[in-house]
Parts: sequence; C-alpha cells; structure tokens
Amino acid sequence: MLSYIVHRILIMVPTLIAISIVIFTIINLPPGNYFTTYIAELQGSGETTDLAKIQFLEKEYGFDRPLWQQYLYWAGGLLHGDLGYSFSYDMPVDKVVGDRMLLTAIVSITTIIFTYLVAFPIGIYSATHQYSLSDHLLTLLGFLGLATPSFLLALVLLYFSNVYLGISIGGLMDPKYLDQPWSWGKVLSLMAHMWIPVIVIGSAGTAAMIRRLRANLLDELQKQYVVTARAKGLHPLRALFKYPLRMALNPFISDIGSLLPQVISGAAIVSVVMSLPTTGPMLLSALRSQDMYLAGSFLMFMAFLTVVGVFVSDLALALLDPRIRLQAGRRQ
Amino acid sequence: MSDLTFAPKPPYGPAEDAVEPLAHYVSTAPYDPYAVERMTPAQERFYVASQWRMVWWKLQRHRVAVAAGVILLAMYLGITVCEFLAPYGVDTRNTDFIYAPPQPVHIFYQGRVVEPFVFGFDYRLDMKRLERIYTPDLKKRQTLRFFCHGDGYKFWGLFPGDLHLACPAKGGQLFLLGTDRLGRDLMSRMIYGARVSLTVGLVGVAVSLTLGIVIGGIAGYYGGWTDILIQRAMEVIQSFPHLPLWMALSAILPVSWSPILVYFGITLILGMIDWPHLGRAVRSKLLALREEDFCTAAVLMGARPVRIIGRHLLPSFTSHLIASATLMIPGMILGETALSFLGLGVRPPMTSWGVLLSDAQNINVVALYPWLMAPVATVIVAVLAFNFFGDGLRDAADPYH
Repeated sequence: MLSYIVHRILIMVPTLIAISIVIFTIINLPPGNYFTTYIAELQGSGETTDLAKIQFLEKEYGFDRPLWQQYLYWAGGLLHGDLGYSFSYDMPVDKVVGDRMLLTAIVSITTIIFTYLVAFPIGIYSATHQYSLSDHLLTLLGFLGLATPSFLLALVLLYFSNVYLGISIGGLMDPKYLDQPWSWGKVLSLMAHMWIPVIVIGSAGTAAMIRRLRANLLDELQKQYVVTARAKGLHPLRALFKYPLRMALNPFISDIGSLLPQVISGAAIVSVVMSLPTTGPMLLSALRSQDMYLAGSFLMFMAFLTVVGVFVSDLALALLDPRIRLQAGRRQ
Repeated sequence: MSDLTFAPKPPYGPAEDAVEPLAHYVSTAPYDPYAVERMTPAQERFYVASQWRMVWWKLQRHRVAVAAGVILLAMYLGITVCEFLAPYGVDTRNTDFIYAPPQPVHIFYQGRVVEPFVFGFDYRLDMKRLERIYTPDLKKRQTLRFFCHGDGYKFWGLFPGDLHLACPAKGGQLFLLGTDRLGRDLMSRMIYGARVSLTVGLVGVAVSLTLGIVIGGIAGYYGGWTDILIQRAMEVIQSFPHLPLWMALSAILPVSWSPILVYFGITLILGMIDWPHLGRAVRSKLLALREEDFCTAAVLMGARPVRIIGRHLLPSFTSHLIASATLMIPGMILGETALSFLGLGVRPPMTSWGVLLSDAQNINVVALYPWLMAPVATVIVAVLAFNFFGDGLRDAADPYH
C-alpha cells in the first residue's frame, strides 16, 4: 500500500508542474500585459499616467525579464504560498481571494457528496427494477438533467424559491456574515444557502453517475455467479449487496476523476449567475481585465483541487479493491 | 421436456403383426451435397453485407435513435435555409413592440375553423410601474400569409431575396416567441442562432477528431516512450476543469477579431481541449487491433505501416470513433452556450443560442419576460437528440455482436 501511495505521488508532481506550465503559457498568450492594457485605458480616457511608477512596477514584478525567469519566479512563489500580486485590486492575490478558495472547495466537495448520496440509491433502484415505469421516468429525468444548461436551472430555481419560499438565496450566506470570521452562525447560514448551488451544479454529474451505476450493476447482475446465488436460494438483497454491488462500485469511486473537473466547471458558471462568493465570478473579471496573476492563481487552484481529488479517489479505490493495489505494487 | 419421458420402447426383432412394407422411394433429383449449407437469399444478403450496411440495419432497429436522427436531420436542413424559415430578419427591430409577449397561433375563430391567424396587440404604458403592457386585441384578427415577400435578406450573405415561409399580415405582427429589449423577433433570432450553435459542435468535433486520430494513432502505433509522454499529456489536459480553461482561452481572443474569426477561434478552442478523450479511444483500439491475426498477416505480406493503419486498422474502428465523436457534440454545444452566455464566446452581431440566453442573465427576466428563456428548449432538444443518436450509433457500431 505504501509503495502505491509513493507511486501515485511521484506521478502527481510532474502532472502539477505540467499544469502550471500550461497555465503560465495561457496567461501570457495575450499580447501585452496588465500594464499595457492599463496604460492604454488611462490614455484612452485622457488621463495622464505616471510612467515612472509603472516602469518601477514592471521591474518589481519581473515583466522585463525573459519568460522562463518569470515562470520560475511565479512557480517558486506558489510553492511557499505567495500567489502573486493582483494589479487590478492593487494588493496581494491571497488578500483579494480571501475565503473564496475555501468556499469553492466546500461547495465542490458538498456537491460530490450530494451526487453520491442521490445517485447511489437511485442507481441501484433503477438497475434492480429495469424497464419498470419508475426506471423509465428516472432515465428521462436523468437525460433532462444532462441536457439542461446549469446556469438556466440556477436562474429558474432562484426565481421559484424567491416566489414560493419567499427567501432570497443569492450568494452563499447572509450578507451580514460576509468578511466576518467563521462562527457557528456563519456555518448555519452557509448551509441554508448552499443547497441550490449544490443541486444545480450536481444535477448533470448525478445524472451521469446514475446511468453509469445502472449500466455497471446490470452487467454484473447478469453474470453467472449471481444467477447461481439466486438459484441456490440466497436472499435477493444479499445476492445484490454481497458481490455485484461491490463490483459495480469501482467506477463509482474512480469517477471522481471525471466528476471533479465537471463539478468545478459547473461551479464556475453557476457562481457567476448566482453571484456566489467563490472563484468563478472573480476568475471571469480577472480574465477580462488581464489580471494575470489573479487568473493564474484561480486556474492553478482549480487544477490543484482536481488533481488532489483524483489522488484521494485513487487511494480510496486501492483501499476498496485489492486488485488495484497489488497490481500497482507489482509494477514497481 | 415432455419429449424426454421414457416411454417403453417396442422390442426389436420380427414384429408380431407384420405390416406391408412401404413402397421403395427413390428421388430422381440430381444429388447436391451442399444442399444443407445453402442459404436463403435473405441469409446470403446478411452474410455478404458490408459492415456499414449492417451498422445501418442495426441502427434502424433502434427506434429512439432513428427519431433523434430525424430531428437532427431536420434541424441541420433547417439551418441551410434559415433566411427563408425566419419570419423576420435577424436584426429587424420593431421599435413599437419592445418586450412583446409571444403571440399564439389560432385556427378557431368564433367557433369556426379559419386560416391560421394571430391576434394583434393593444399596447399601453403603465406609468406607475413603468411597465409595457401588451394585451391581445380579440378584434384584430391578423391572418398569416405563407410563401410571401417580407423582410429583405441576403441568402448566405450572397443572393438578395425576400421570400419567407410565413409572414405577418400586412401591417400586423408575428412574434411567435415574443421580442427582446430591442423589439427583435426571438423566433427569427433563434432560427438564425441555430446556424452557429449547431455548427460549432460539428467543426469542434472535426478538430478534436483530427487531433485525436493523429496523436492517439502515434501513441498507439509507436508505443514506448512516445506513448508514455502522450498519455501523460492527455491526462494533464483531462484532469483540468474544461470550462475555466475554455474561459481563459476565449478571453485571450483579440477584441479586434471579426465575429467570423472569433467563431472559428471558439470552435478551435472547444476542439483542442476535448481531443484526449478520442485520442485515448484511438490508442487503446490500435493497441488491441495491432495484435490481431489479420494485422500480422498484413505485416508478413510486406505491407507498410501507412497501409496497415489506413487499410486494416482504421476501418476496424471508424464506426466506434464516429459514435464517440457524436457523443462529444452535445458537450461542445453546451460549452459554446455557456461561453456565449458569459460574454466570452461568439460576439454580436453574430447570434447563437448562448448569445440569446445572455439576455436572460438575471432573475428579473425570469419574472417579467420568461419567453426570453425559450432558446434553452432548443439547446435541450439538440443535446438530447445527439445523446440518443450517439447511443444508438454506439450500439450499432459493433454489428457482429
């Protein structure tokens, strides 16, 4: 098991380095940098610019150095928690970001838990009641969940909860808790506000998960050992839970790899619509104003969350399935 | 099981009651030793059918997939003639009818069946709430005209014309899905928007198909270090949340680009991020097929790699590739919609369903002008149709099963 963990970590590090290079390339692709945009903007509005100050800043943040040095400076900063400097907010990125990254992580993880809690029973039910009316209905519902753009679902849910429940649920917490230190009341307020984004972001993933679990379980249930178990008079529930379900569970865990990017993608756009204090809206504005360190930190954080999530899911899978952990050990 | 019951057998030997033996029968037909193996014409047709014909037969049996295919075909035929289908031009402003609600088409008038018509509007400005109030005027019956001359347009931007499938009555209106904040007919704009929204997926998939086949093919055929490097690269791209990456890439498209360049930029971006999925499929299929006997036979006969890949390997999994490519289109349509909704995708004056939906960005719209969300219905239909059609194709792709 230990060798498996080491093996996975050894894979994870180059992946993160490659991702950081990709992100750095992307944020450097647009011609010019924040300062050239800024100068053009100021000159466009007829204001005079303090060129000396800008030159000083450019030098300070290494814009005059070759790209690979800029990258090393940026990546080195990331390693000890220095996320760089946000030029549009005129303060360090970690100050600008504040709670946003933590909240993004909370929303994403809650969404995944929600996905599992919903998809698990429904998937089993659908597979054991194949082609029943409720199975067809659930399949239809799942397809609709897959096909509806999440941002519109968010709008409609916002509207209905406003009209019928009489609560305003934009944002992630009561305005009075914003910029406050964490307290019990803040946590409760967060929970009361979080259910809509969680449902909206999770709908597509849940639908996909139900379909996959159903297909896997159906494949497994047709195998001969299950037929034998049934024929010998094993209790139907036991004949379901003892082996077939455990076999069908594998993709359930390993799917975090595809579920997590999907959830983070969904969260990015839903949070713009619902103005959640997460990374999505700020990423959008940072991209628009070419605030490269801010945008880069957000992208890096999202990728980091994904990679770590996949790592955790691989560990869980290895714990669950001895075949994987033994095979990986042998390969080394 | 009843024929397996053990009835007592009659004893062998001379029968007690001797019966007249049957007359000896000899067939005069010529002896044909292959009579048993001969096939009926239907069977023969099945066994000599090409793979594509069998895929087609199997697909036809999949009812839902056929229905989805028909819907898709209709949609794609529609976008070739959207100037003719749309009652108004894409940018025609009806300044007297801003935020007008949809007008339903009626065929019953005072208990009689009449030609299709809509009711005209009574318009009043509520100064207290600053709200435009439109009420259908039951006296103004406006009969629709068909195959009529209406707003002028340039067909495909080339040939001038003004023929429409349906037009409002002279001096009347025909807002089947209402109008937006500039008084533009939403129905017409949705028909024009389909041109961008539906082709984005096709072009994007063409891009990722090319990338996937080339890069996945290289990894699968050469193996070794190349394979490991390409696999890692694909993992890196796949482990990245797509939407933020799309956002970042489309944010760097220069503002000075023309809408048509932006459109191609967006499709390129959509395709560039999605190819690892196809690349993986190509690679694993190549690895498996490389070991097949027919491939070894080709190698022994002296075929070159290009011929082996092109003539023997590719055709064996083209149908699978097409099926997985079809299943990728809905993701791209949704991606374009999301990007345009955020204002990072296709830019006006070009219209797509996402651009139209960006008018419905806040909760007020849902409350006051819910018809502005109509484009989402076409998005859902297109995405579902592609999903069902792709599922059917995937099942049919392996006709020997």
